[in-house]
Amino acid sequence: MADTVVGANPDPHASDDPNRRDFIHIAAGVAAVGLVGGLAWPFIDQMNPAGDTLALASIEFDLSKVVEGQQVVVKWRGKPLFVRYRTPKEIEEAIRDDHADLRDPATDESRHKPGKAQYLVLIGVCTHLGCVPNFGGGEYGGWLCPCHGSVYDTSGRIRKGPAPLNLAVPDYSFLSDAKIKVG
Amino acid sequence: MSGHSTYEPKTGFERWLDMRLPILRFANDTMVTFPTPKNLNYWWTFGAVLAMMLGIQIVTGVILAMHYVPHVDYAFNSVQRIMRDVNYGWLIRNLHSNGASMFFLAVYIHIFRNLYYGSYKAPREVLWILGCIIYLLMIITAFMGYVLPWGQMSFHGAVVITNLLGAIPVIGPSITTWLWGGFAVDDPTLNRFFSLHYLLPFVIAGVVGLHIWALHVPGNNNPTGVNVKSPQDTVPFHPYYTVKDGFAVSVFLIMYAVFVFYLPDALGDVVNYVPANPLQTPQHIVPEWYLLPFYAILRAVPNKLMGVILMFGSIGTLFVLPWLDTSKVRSMRYRPTARLYYFIFILACLVLGYCGAHAPDDPAVPGPAGPQLLDSSLNSIVWLSRIGALYYFAYFWVITPLLGLTETPLPAPESISSPVLSHPAATPAGAAASPEKRG
Amino acid sequence: MLRKAFAFAVLGLVLAAGPLFGGQARAATTVAEPRTLHWSFEGPFGKYDKEQVQRGYKVYREVCSACHKMDLMYFRNLGQKGGPFYDPKYPNPNTNPVVKSLAHDIQVKDIDSDTGDPISRPGMPADKFPPPFANDIAAAASNGGKAPPDLSVMAKAREGGPNYIYSLLTGFRTPPAGLTIPAGKYYNPYFSGDLSGQWSGHGAPPIGGMIGMPPPLTPGKVTFDDGKPSTLKEEAMDVAAFLAWASDPTMEARKAFGLGAMIYLLIFSGLLYASYRRIWRNVAH
Repeated sequence: MADTVVGANPDPHASDDPNRRDFIHIAAGVAAVGLVGGLAWPFIDQMNPAGDTLALASIEFDLSKVVEGQQVVVKWRGKPLFVRYRTPKEIEEAIRDDHADLRDPATDESRHKPGKAQYLVLIGVCTHLGCVPNFGGGEYGGWLCPCHGSVYDTSGRIRKGPAPLNLAVPDYSFLSDAKIKVG
Repeated sequence: MSGHSTYEPKTGFERWLDMRLPILRFANDTMVTFPTPKNLNYWWTFGAVLAMMLGIQIVTGVILAMHYVPHVDYAFNSVQRIMRDVNYGWLIRNLHSNGASMFFLAVYIHIFRNLYYGSYKAPREVLWILGCIIYLLMIITAFMGYVLPWGQMSFHGAVVITNLLGAIPVIGPSITTWLWGGFAVDDPTLNRFFSLHYLLPFVIAGVVGLHIWALHVPGNNNPTGVNVKSPQDTVPFHPYYTVKDGFAVSVFLIMYAVFVFYLPDALGDVVNYVPANPLQTPQHIVPEWYLLPFYAILRAVPNKLMGVILMFGSIGTLFVLPWLDTSKVRSMRYRPTARLYYFIFILACLVLGYCGAHAPDDPAVPGPAGPQLLDSSLNSIVWLSRIGALYYFAYFWVITPLLGLTETPLPAPESISSPVLSHPAATPAGAAASPEKRG
Repeated sequence: MLRKAFAFAVLGLVLAAGPLFGGQARAATTVAEPRTLHWSFEGPFGKYDKEQVQRGYKVYREVCSACHKMDLMYFRNLGQKGGPFYDPKYPNPNTNPVVKSLAHDIQVKDIDSDTGDPISRPGMPADKFPPPFANDIAAAASNGGKAPPDLSVMAKAREGGPNYIYSLLTGFRTPPAGLTIPAGKYYNPYFSGDLSGQWSGHGAPPIGGMIGMPPPLTPGKVTFDDGKPSTLKEEAMDVAAFLAWASDPTMEARKAFGLGAMIYLLIFSGLLYASYRRIWRNVAH
């Protein structure tokens, strides 16, 4: 225990009240808050996706597996991904309706890569409440969601039913003519 | 002391809340205005350190449980996934594994402080017993926690300790099978240890609540062992001890940080980085350092059942200590003879820990083996642990009761304030000094 | 009081570290103390030498992976922060071209997504390092009854870590006269064992044991891409450094965080001490 010699150098401004808001107490208090806050970030960040989850965040897909008029469904980020090789008829129907009365207006051009109109890559999750739509139902030649009857056209745009938005197009790019990278 | 509450709600909200759930009053009375002896030294800061460590273990533990998989095929790898892939997983895991060691370091200092200053004596017997219960729960929790990473030591340590129960006559083997959930330590055992390891810290927290309640009835002990006589002997807990405890806690954190960031595996065993293999036993099976003295006591006795009884008895002895100590004087500051035996007791505990880390047939000191006595040579770890265990039990059952009756203690001060008033740094009131010396 | 606090802290460290220095080997089992080398990653400011870990990976890939698996390692680990092929231009290791090419060089087993048949395909960053044997039983059967251990955390699973690995790999010796080693085993003083059963000479048996692994490294066995001469010492050091990195890939982040934490805690303690002294200034205690 250190010796405290009280009264040796009396500070005329000091009082005996230890609760006085001296600077040092404020500084110590701020440092304490800083310590807790600094430690809070790692504890919060640990719930963010871990390294192995992020590793599966992007996939490469070989388009030679998809035949014309056919659709392949793969799992991407835990959700179904539709990769469809459209027939010329489907493409034509999609372009024809570009300026129809669409709930979520979008041209077909904006929903595929330039020069690759035949390949449509969509996240196969209905934008209403998340069910997986099936191809070949509904009167627009595209997808029909079995849960509440949303109908999508050959470009994956919402035409009928309760869904508010078109089927989402993920971030993807062509690595070569036959290979895409999604995510 | 549990005196009347002096809390005055200041704002409208405080008055409204105080009438419905007086939680602010409770906080004020227990942590702000609570009168605390003004002469507490740094050995008293370990209560706050322990509370912090319990909080850290629970928070880091809950987070680890978000990522850990309690199945024999995935446990080891899930811990490695935490270390490698989970964001800051290495930090949380290191905090938790080294936190357990820091928790036990603090609890041992806390216990030894209580032994020295007689804090277990009347009227604090229940406080002491609640502390013993917390200690026992900590040991069980730590044992189960060490099994979870499912390394070689996790597995084989669990095998050894659960097999001990088989020594209980008649019902022993059934209890062991019941605990295992099978015919050996395996997946059912791991799963239930995970569940119980998650549960017990909250039980500990509840007992800690009772522990602090039991403390606040008589109030804190102090280095003189003399009761608080007047408000002059005390200061309000805040800010005097909140800040002092805060300082002690931050110094403790520095030591903790050295382990977490620079020596994360120093207190563990390398063999636990080998995944558990039931068909191959490691060369040495050794518990974590904080359980080594009990391991030494267990192995000191050639008979399996007696070893188990003495091992649990060494903890059980603590529970009855208040009734074994016959001394009228609380603090060893004024009991020079008792103090001598106490320091030898600390030495005995350290020696037992040393013994627990070594194989029973290893030499106690480097050199010739010495003559053979009973089952082992005299210069062996097992004989050294027998000496240590003998002193351990003699200290509580023979020395402590006898000393209280035979020793001549030094005169204790009249009150907490009186040794202070003889100090040159007297209060401005400058009361008459009495020539008491601090023991 | 402060002196007591610091003395206590030191005592605490000593008490805590004390039982470390126990654990002597049993009287019958002996082992030579590993040689102590200087590693770039030792000490509170140590870092992995990227080039060394790259060379070490090549040694693992070309020599050790024939028998030893590393189940906890993924190709993407090679490109993550702190890893040997990390490139700041590619913070996501899955897009790192060097990592992709290293993965592509190795065939991994998979299942055909159309037929479900087992196939072999070039690896991707998201793949694990493929094991050399289908399972532990096959590994043991091909290796004299004992599966070669997984190397993912080997630097943490042995006393001496990388020093032990280096000593073991460079420690193979011709057995001295009087020591009969059965076929399929190899004498190594750095491998813990009891050679009294194999010893027919005078005095105590030699230190060490018999390991099932033949000396794996020879000078020039691996050609390093950076041109470093591949002596036995260099190969052993580099693979030991690689295994050290594989056991503790977050070490650099840990030490960096630690530096900040220690500085902050020292300042924080100082502030609290000053606050404490100020509060207690006028109380005789």
